[in-house]
Amino acid sequence: MINRVLIANRSEIASRIIRTCRRLGVGTVAVFSDADAYAPYVREADSAWPLAGNSPAETYLRGDLLIAAALARGCDAIHPGYGFLSENASFAQSVIDAGLTWIGPPPAAITAMGSKIEAKRLMRAAGVPVLPDSSVESLEEIGLPALVKASAGGGGRGMRIVRDAAALDEAVASGQREAAAAFGDGTVFVERFVEGGRHIEIQVFADLHGNVVSLFERDCTVQRRHQKIIEEAPSPAVAQPLREAMSAAAVSAARAVGYVGAGTVEFLVDSDSRFSFLEMNTRLQVEHPVTEMITGLDLVELQLAVAGGEPLPPAALEPTITGHAVEVRLCAEDPESGYMPSSGTFRRIDFAEIDGVRVDSGVTSGSAVSPFYDSMIAKVIAHAPTRAGAINKLQRALSTAHLIGPITNRSQLLDLLPQLAEQWQQIDTGWLDRNPLSATDAPSAFIAAAALAWARSQRTALAKLPPGWRNNPSQPQQVRVGRHEVHYRHDRDGLVTEAVVDGVAVEEGWMPALRFIETEIDGDVVFVARGQYRFAIPPRYTPPDDAGRAGSTTAPMPGSILRIAVEVGDTVVAGQPLLAMEAMKMEHQIVSPAAGTVAEVFVEAGQQVDSGQPLVRIDSS
Amino acid sequence: MTVLPDRVVVTSEQFRANREAMLAQLRQHDEQLAVVNGGGGPKYIERHRQRDKLLARERIEALLDIESPFLEFSPLAAWGTEFPVGAGTVTGIGVVEGTECLIMANDPTVRGGAFNPITMRKSLRAYEIARQNRLPVVNLVESGGADLPTQSEIFIPGGQSFHDITELSAAAIPTIAVVFGNSTAGGAYVPGMSDYVVMIKERSKVFLGGPPLVKMATGEESDDESLGGAEMHARVSGLADYFAVDELDGIRLGRQIVRRLNQHKRGPGPRGPGKPPRLDPEHLLGIPSVDPKVPFDPRDVIARLVDDSDFDEFKPLYGSSLVTGFAELHGYPIGILANHRGVLFSEESHKATQFIQLANQINTPLVFLQNTTGYMVGKDFEQRGIIKDGAKMINAVTNSRVPHLTIHMAASYGAGNYGMCGRAFGPRFLFAWPNARTAVMGPQQLAGVMSIVAKQSAASMGRAFDEDADEALRKQVEEQIERESLALFMTGRVYDDGIIDPRDTRTVLAMCLSVIDNQPIEGTRGYGVYRM
Repeated sequence: MINRVLIANRSEIASRIIRTCRRLGVGTVAVFSDADAYAPYVREADSAWPLAGNSPAETYLRGDLLIAAALARGCDAIHPGYGFLSENASFAQSVIDAGLTWIGPPPAAITAMGSKIEAKRLMRAAGVPVLPDSSVESLEEIGLPALVKASAGGGGRGMRIVRDAAALDEAVASGQREAAAAFGDGTVFVERFVEGGRHIEIQVFADLHGNVVSLFERDCTVQRRHQKIIEEAPSPAVAQPLREAMSAAAVSAARAVGYVGAGTVEFLVDSDSRFSFLEMNTRLQVEHPVTEMITGLDLVELQLAVAGGEPLPPAALEPTITGHAVEVRLCAEDPESGYMPSSGTFRRIDFAEIDGVRVDSGVTSGSAVSPFYDSMIAKVIAHAPTRAGAINKLQRALSTAHLIGPITNRSQLLDLLPQLAEQWQQIDTGWLDRNPLSATDAPSAFIAAAALAWARSQRTALAKLPPGWRNNPSQPQQVRVGRHEVHYRHDRDGLVTEAVVDGVAVEEGWMPALRFIETEIDGDVVFVARGQYRFAIPPRYTPPDDAGRAGSTTAPMPGSILRIAVEVGDTVVAGQPLLAMEAMKMEHQIVSPAAGTVAEVFVEAGQQVDSGQPLVRIDSS
Repeated sequence: MTVLPDRVVVTSEQFRANREAMLAQLRQHDEQLAVVNGGGGPKYIERHRQRDKLLARERIEALLDIESPFLEFSPLAAWGTEFPVGAGTVTGIGVVEGTECLIMANDPTVRGGAFNPITMRKSLRAYEIARQNRLPVVNLVESGGADLPTQSEIFIPGGQSFHDITELSAAAIPTIAVVFGNSTAGGAYVPGMSDYVVMIKERSKVFLGGPPLVKMATGEESDDESLGGAEMHARVSGLADYFAVDELDGIRLGRQIVRRLNQHKRGPGPRGPGKPPRLDPEHLLGIPSVDPKVPFDPRDVIARLVDDSDFDEFKPLYGSSLVTGFAELHGYPIGILANHRGVLFSEESHKATQFIQLANQINTPLVFLQNTTGYMVGKDFEQRGIIKDGAKMINAVTNSRVPHLTIHMAASYGAGNYGMCGRAFGPRFLFAWPNARTAVMGPQQLAGVMSIVAKQSAASMGRAFDEDADEALRKQVEEQIERESLALFMTGRVYDDGIIDPRDTRTVLAMCLSVIDNQPIEGTRGYGVYRM
């Protein structure tokens, strides 16, 4: 029986673990970095322990500090969540050595699955289907296309697709470099590459009493750059015989490594429903909620039970599937600019209460998203009797949520869900990367509403007068929102009578409704429709970079040239020293006034110069 | 609190006719505005744009704070004169970086932005507004200087503009010049006299004499840039304080300068919450009579101008041809004097005199709503001292120290124009509705008087009186006076600060009251208020 758990993790998964612990009467201790000091999970835990610093290496990866905290706070167990130290066997061992319960598989099982090459060897031996790879098969047997994979890693790092034999060596070399940098282990192997494969995984659970069960599959085929973004259970591509075969293989895999606790066996399923082992994740998965929703089980509760030495309960030993669940990962990132992570404070983030919709969130209104950690801010999971129903609910949940803060991938998710509903057969793991969704512009009325809301917020003196009032209205008013230019006209009472977005007039029918479109402003960003559309306002005027300072630099006073640091043709940046001169016993650095190239040097070392005499001419770049 | 009732019957034939007449006059006004906004015409605008330059009003729009109001003065100056309507310059009050500023911009598409006598009048009026109301001046300069054919009318009075700029500076009212193009010869003193000068790369040209003149005078070869380019003035002469890379950068720097001017209002500020009127200002279109001889009740106007339509009338039972009382407009307390039945008798003069003194005692600005045919004439009235009584009112208006705002709602004839604070009596601002008529007397009366005088003259000299010729002359005079009393004619001569749409009156007054509030308001002191 576990009494108090230290959660060696952060954000939504920490909250999620705390929720179950609280329900079961188990105490919780959170840990937090400086940046996470005000995160919701820290408040939700019974108590919290600070980890000074921000980088994962200083904080959530510091096993020694975590164990010390657990001991100091009287914990009897550590839950690692996912990521960070969750699949670190030596940490697991240290936890056990410290006399604490490790809520996870035995360190040996982690080690066995930690090396992909080793894991595949074990799986072959256990009769689990695997793809041919360079550790066993020849390159001819593997065939083309092939995939270079890092043995130690995941997340697509170190991975290279090779379609041409001539490119193999280079792919292996670069894969090794990347793997070494990412995981500290440059081992790679070459594996047959399956085109059009689906990523389907089996959730397994094992206890210390010899029970190993499959809790069915999750379909995680929708990925961007090898990162899952939508997961569902059950998979539309898995019929009962396949489910049974995959479950049996997954259970064999778990048994082969003496597995205990929650684990996930990932398979690649080709278009002919042949499946091959990819890897085993020896932890709770991000996407575990879809399994929970279709089985009615609480996987964290099962983890605590198993770690406490209890056998799996009957509900887990004979699980059933009810309905369909779909999860999306809501991330603070911009799909339109290469999934660039965004950071900042959520002025408002909340979701409508919808029956069957679960939100596992790491942030609340007022929470800051820091640049130090994963960009995922929340998971939204919908459960319904049918797949279409679940997708519908999810769309409703996403579109009605207020997300007023850093840019998120909500729009992309909302674009994806209907496609997932209608054409899932066409989707494979590379689908999203091959078909990047073209950014759909907001309806022009929304753009206009954003412009007007922004304009209204910018009023200064005479703010009680009708906005933009003119006794001689000679031209429309003009505001830029995002990349749009909006022109509009008022009547004498300040009502907008005409709005033109990027040269196209907003339909007249919209005009009376414009001011009722919900907008929120946070700093220089205008949010429309609860943040579904988000417009950064460019500064109205920006000072020029070099304010015309390019040109000749001149001697600021009479003196002599000490040395010249540049030559004609050199590229210089603003502020770069060009030469030194001595005047009035002082040495003066003459720096470039602007970025550019050195066009002419008018003086030489030792030369006397007068005040105002040209020294160097810079042509601005 | 006295909320005025709604007595306007919008379905009446009278209202409809009034409204239509007003709308027709507004259309005519708007057509003229379109001409003004078209600057020097499509050809010159096109050429200006090809040079990648902004129009005068575009420069102003770029300078103003987003969504802030802009009150343009005398946009139809020079209407009906030999000069282009608008007079090639834009003046007005707008908000820059939260500060109310007097903004002036030459329109270089109109004869190169050259100054004619009307341009001068409009500009000097703008400086006067800046001085009276402590408004920083932002001058968006691009002018070829004096319109040489009319130099005789400009040269001597024109010196005042340079005088005024530096006088403003001495009064701690900052002046800023952003030079977009030519500003040469006399024009060079606009940046020359200003506190802050922004010049624009390869655009500004500021010199006393251009290359040809220099060549003639001294034989020296030179070019525009070395004589007066922005680079030269920013690096060498020091006339330019800020160097802008293009027009918008110049605007940016202009805004940046205003941001640091550290201005604050010295007036008492608004008192009330500034509730809108309960009655619809739209109806102001149908209240002034289409026939100037038909008076209308100014309370119906006041009810559509003042906060919450709340007007506390003073002495309502006495001298009822003039309505006086207190109200707030956008929260600013005001006293209102409004003509009711046109004519001013001794009682009205007394009432006005007392009311003006009261407003001075309590430091409250006055709004004059003019619709007057003048002081009463006739034996009885003369014998009862109408001249003395009118003089009291004119004395009170003249020596009142609280700010005055005047609106020409309809008629403004005779000394009534003076007593009700006409242009010569220095109201801080004076605007006219498009139906306004201003003259020494009504056209018919004037023509009739001339006819009677001519008849008497003929009789005294024993000449026969040609009735037909008299009739023709009478008609001709009547037409001339009618034409010269029209609002467009008056505004063309800058005898007002512009014609406004009656529906804009509240907004215009509010803006004026806010602008007035840059100065402390202190009425005339001395004797106590005389009970008249």
